[in-house]
Amino acid sequence: MAIDLKVNGVRHSVDVPPLKRLLDTLREDLGLTGTKEGCGEGECGACTVLIDGAPVNACLVPTCQVEGSKVTTIEGIERLGDGKHLAALQQAFLECGGAQCGICTPGMIVAASSLPADASLEDIRQGLAGNLCRCTGYTKIYAAVQQALAQAKATKKKSGKGKKK
Amino acid sequence: MSKTKDKARGKGPSVGTSVPRAEGVEKVTGAALYVDDLSFPDMIHGRTIRSTIPRGRVLSVERDPEFDWSGFTWVDHRDLPAAGKNVVAMIVEDQPFLVVDRVNHREEPIALLAHADKERLADGLAHVKVVYEAEPAVLDFESATEVIKQIAITKGDVDAALAGAEIIVEGTYRTGHQEQLYIECNGMIALPEREGDPRGVTVYGSLQCPYYVVRALSVLFGLPSELVRVVQTTTGGGFGGKEEYPSILAGHAALLARKAGRPVKMIYDRVEDLLATTKRHPSIVTHRTAMTRDGKMLGVDIDVRLDGGAYLTLSPVVLSRACIHALGPYAVEHVRIRGRVIKTNTPPNGAFRGFGAPQSQFAAECHMDEIAARLGIDPIALRRQNLIALGGVTATGQTLKESVSSEDVLDRALARHGLGKSDKKGKKSKDTKDKKAKKNNLPSPLPSGGKLRGTGLAVFFHGSGFTGGGEVKLASKAGLELTPRGVKVLVGSTEIGQGTRTMLAQIVADTLGLPYEMIETVEPDTARVPDSGPTVASRTCMIVGRILQRAAVHLLEELGNPVGARAFAAAAERRLAASAEPLRVVETYVKPGEIIWSDETYQGDAYGAFAWGCNIADVEIDPVTYEVRCTRMTAVIDIGRAIHPILAEGQIEGGTLQAIGWALYEDITMRDGKMSNATLTNYIIPTTLDTPPIDVEIVENPYSGGPFGAKGVGECPVDGPAAAIVNAIRAATGLGLRQIPVTPERMMAALDAQQIVKAG
Repeated sequence: MAIDLKVNGVRHSVDVPPLKRLLDTLREDLGLTGTKEGCGEGECGACTVLIDGAPVNACLVPTCQVEGSKVTTIEGIERLGDGKHLAALQQAFLECGGAQCGICTPGMIVAASSLPADASLEDIRQGLAGNLCRCTGYTKIYAAVQQALAQAKATKKKSGKGKKK
Repeated sequence: MSKTKDKARGKGPSVGTSVPRAEGVEKVTGAALYVDDLSFPDMIHGRTIRSTIPRGRVLSVERDPEFDWSGFTWVDHRDLPAAGKNVVAMIVEDQPFLVVDRVNHREEPIALLAHADKERLADGLAHVKVVYEAEPAVLDFESATEVIKQIAITKGDVDAALAGAEIIVEGTYRTGHQEQLYIECNGMIALPEREGDPRGVTVYGSLQCPYYVVRALSVLFGLPSELVRVVQTTTGGGFGGKEEYPSILAGHAALLARKAGRPVKMIYDRVEDLLATTKRHPSIVTHRTAMTRDGKMLGVDIDVRLDGGAYLTLSPVVLSRACIHALGPYAVEHVRIRGRVIKTNTPPNGAFRGFGAPQSQFAAECHMDEIAARLGIDPIALRRQNLIALGGVTATGQTLKESVSSEDVLDRALARHGLGKSDKKGKKSKDTKDKKAKKNNLPSPLPSGGKLRGTGLAVFFHGSGFTGGGEVKLASKAGLELTPRGVKVLVGSTEIGQGTRTMLAQIVADTLGLPYEMIETVEPDTARVPDSGPTVASRTCMIVGRILQRAAVHLLEELGNPVGARAFAAAAERRLAASAEPLRVVETYVKPGEIIWSDETYQGDAYGAFAWGCNIADVEIDPVTYEVRCTRMTAVIDIGRAIHPILAEGQIEGGTLQAIGWALYEDITMRDGKMSNATLTNYIIPTTLDTPPIDVEIVENPYSGGPFGAKGVGECPVDGPAAAIVNAIRAATGLGLRQIPVTPERMMAALDAQQIVKAG
C-alpha cells in the first residue's frame, strides 16, 4: 500500500504494510538511519521524531498514521542550520559533552528541539524525561540545551533588531 | 623549554583543555553508523533459538515438517567446524557457542536460524520445538554451594586481632544483578570471507575488545588469527557489557554466514539483550571487624561471594578485583579476605564497569557506618582515623608510594558539600550523644507528613589497569603512522562513548608538540591496528596512553626531533618523499618501575596507581510512599590528570548516575532462572526526573607512570554512590540497611519493622 509522507520537508511515497513501524520505514525504506532503536517499546526515546512538531516515539507509530503529516528526524534538524554549520543544538551538544556514545543523541536532540524557547532547567528535565541516556548522567545534556536556548535567544534579539532597521 | 615549544607551535597544549570530540559531528548529526545502520549486498538476518529450562538434557530439536523451510539457514552444534572447538575462548573452556546436549541455564543458545526476511524469520522461530529432559537446577545464590573459583588475601594475623578486640562488628551486605543497559543493544554482522579470501571470516560489530573476538573466532573455526578480521562499528555504550559477550554473538553470526555463504546480521532486541547477556554479579559480602573502642581498626575478616551464573566467563578476574578492593581505602594491620565465585544455573554474569569493586566497597563503606553507629563515634572521624595514606600498606602488601588522595578527596568533598565542618582532627561530633541514643532506643518517630532527610558519605579507591602482572602478560601494543597531514594513531582501543579517540589524540599531539587537529585515529579494524589490549579496567588512558606517548617520542627521534608543527611538517615531508615505505612506530607496554606481584599468594603491587574518590549523598524518604530519592550527590575524584576535563567530568557524572540506579531503582527479579522483568517498562534506569544534581570536583594528584600524570577514571565513580546513599538513609532513619536496591518495598519493610519494634 502506498503511503504518502513528508519527511524533513521532502515528499515520499512508500509502499509498505500500513502497520509497519514508522521507525522501520524511516530507516529501511527512506535510508534515514539517524533515528535509532533502543527498546522498541516506547521507553527509551532513542527513536524520537517530530510529527507535526510534537515529539513521538517512532517505534510506536504505524506508518499509515502519519500519512499527510510532517515528520522531522535528526537529519531534518541538521538542515535547520545553514547547511555548512551545525544547528545550534547540535553545536551545543558537541561543545558541552552532551553526546558520549551517541546512540541516544539523535532522539535527545530531536526531543530538545521541541522545547519552548524560554524553557527553564525544570522544563528541560520534564521535556527530556522520555529520553534515556546511560552515559552522561544528563548533566551535560542540560548544559547543552541551555546553551542552545540561550544562543537562540541572543540570535533572535539580533535578527529582531536587524529587521527593525 | 616547554614555553618555547608552545610558542613555536603557535598554540597551547591540548591536554587539560576540552577540544572537540573526535567523532562528535557524526554523533550529533545522526550520521555515525552503528552496526544496525550497516547493510551488505545479499545480507540476511539471524536469530537464536534458546533454552527454556535452566538445566537438563536436550532430547531433540524439531523443526515443524509442515512449515516451508525454503530460504532458511539452520545451524546447530553439528555444523561446528571439525577444525575448531565449541568453546567461547575466555579464561577456562567451559562455555559452548551452541548447546550439544546439556543445558546449564535459561536462554542458552541451542541453534541459529537465518532468513532474508525478518518476518519470515520470526515465523520460522515459532516453528522450532526443543524437547528436554529437565534436571534439578541451582537457582538460589544464597543457598548455592558449588565454588568455581576462590582466592584468599592474607595480611598479618586476623584471628589474633579478632581475639584481642575490644569490640567486633559484624555485618553482611547484599547487592543484586545490574544490567549495563547500553542504549544500543548487542549486534553483529558477519561476512563469510576475509578481504575476498573465503577461508577467512570478517565481523563488524558493537564491541569493546576487537582482539577478544579475533581469538574467539579463531578458536571456534580453527583458523589462524590472520584469517579473522574484526571491525568495531560505532558503539552505543558498553560499560563492560560488550567486553566478553560479543565473542559469542560474533561466533553465531559467523557460523550462519559461513553456512549461508552470505553476510548475516544479528541484532538483539531489548528483551533478548536483557534476558541473555551478562549482568553485574550479585554479591554477598560479610565483614567481621576487630575494633578498639576509640575507633581503630585492628583487623578485618571479609568473605566475598559472587554469583557467577552457569559459566565462569570473566568471573575470576571480577572476584580478584572485588577482593583487592574489599577492605576499602583503609590501612589495617591484620586482614583476611576470602573470595568465592558460586555457580548457579542462571545466565552467566560478567564484566560491568567497576568489575567487582563496586560490590565489595559497597559492603566496606556501609560497614564503616555500622561500626561508627556501634561505637557511637562520628562516621567521618572513624574514616579519618583509619584511612590509608602515602606510605601506607594495602591488604595485598602494596606500599603506596605516590598519588594517594584518600584524605584530600574527603576534605574536598566535605568542603564542597558543607557537611561535618567541625569534625576535623578526628574530634567526635556534637551529636555523638544523639547517635548513642539512637543506637540504644531506636530513632525518633517519623515526622508526621514530612519527608525524612539524611546525608551519608563513602570514601573509595579504584586500581587503574589490569591487576598485578596482567599488563605484563597482555603486552599491549599501540603505534603511530606518519601521514602527509600529520600523524595517525593505531590502537585497538575502542571508542565506546568515553572519548578514547579524543583523549589519546591529545596525548599524542602534546607529546609531539603538534596541534590536536593534526592527529587522526584509524578505525579499530584488526586488519589495520595492533592489539592494544581490551578497552576495560580504566586502562586506556593510563596504560595505552602511556604506550602512545613512548611511540610519539620514538617517532620524533626518527624525524630528528623537530620542534613545533612547522618543523615537524617539514621533517615529515622530507621523510615521506625519501621513502615509499610508511613510517610506522609501534611500541609495547613497559612496566613502569618496580611492580612485583604474585598470583599464587595474592601479594604485591596490585595496581600501578589508584584513583581516589569521595561521595556525599543527600536523600529524602517519603514516609507515605516509601520512595527514596537522592536529592544531591557530591563526587570528588582524583584521576591524576584530566586530559580532557569535559570528557572526564562526563565519565564521573555518568558513572555516578549508574551507581545511583544500582542503589535505588535497578532491580532484576529472577523467576525460575530467568529475568522476569526483561523490558525497560519494568527494569528501571534513572531518567532525567530521577537524577539529582551531581556536583563533581576533579582532583589532579599526578601519577608518574601515567601520561601527563593521568590515572584511570572510568570505573572509580561507580564504587561509592550506593554506600553513600545507604549511609544517608541510616542518617535519616537510624536504619542500617544492608541490601540494594533500596526499592520502596524494601524501605517499607524496614521502616515498618522498626515501627513494630518500637510499638512492641
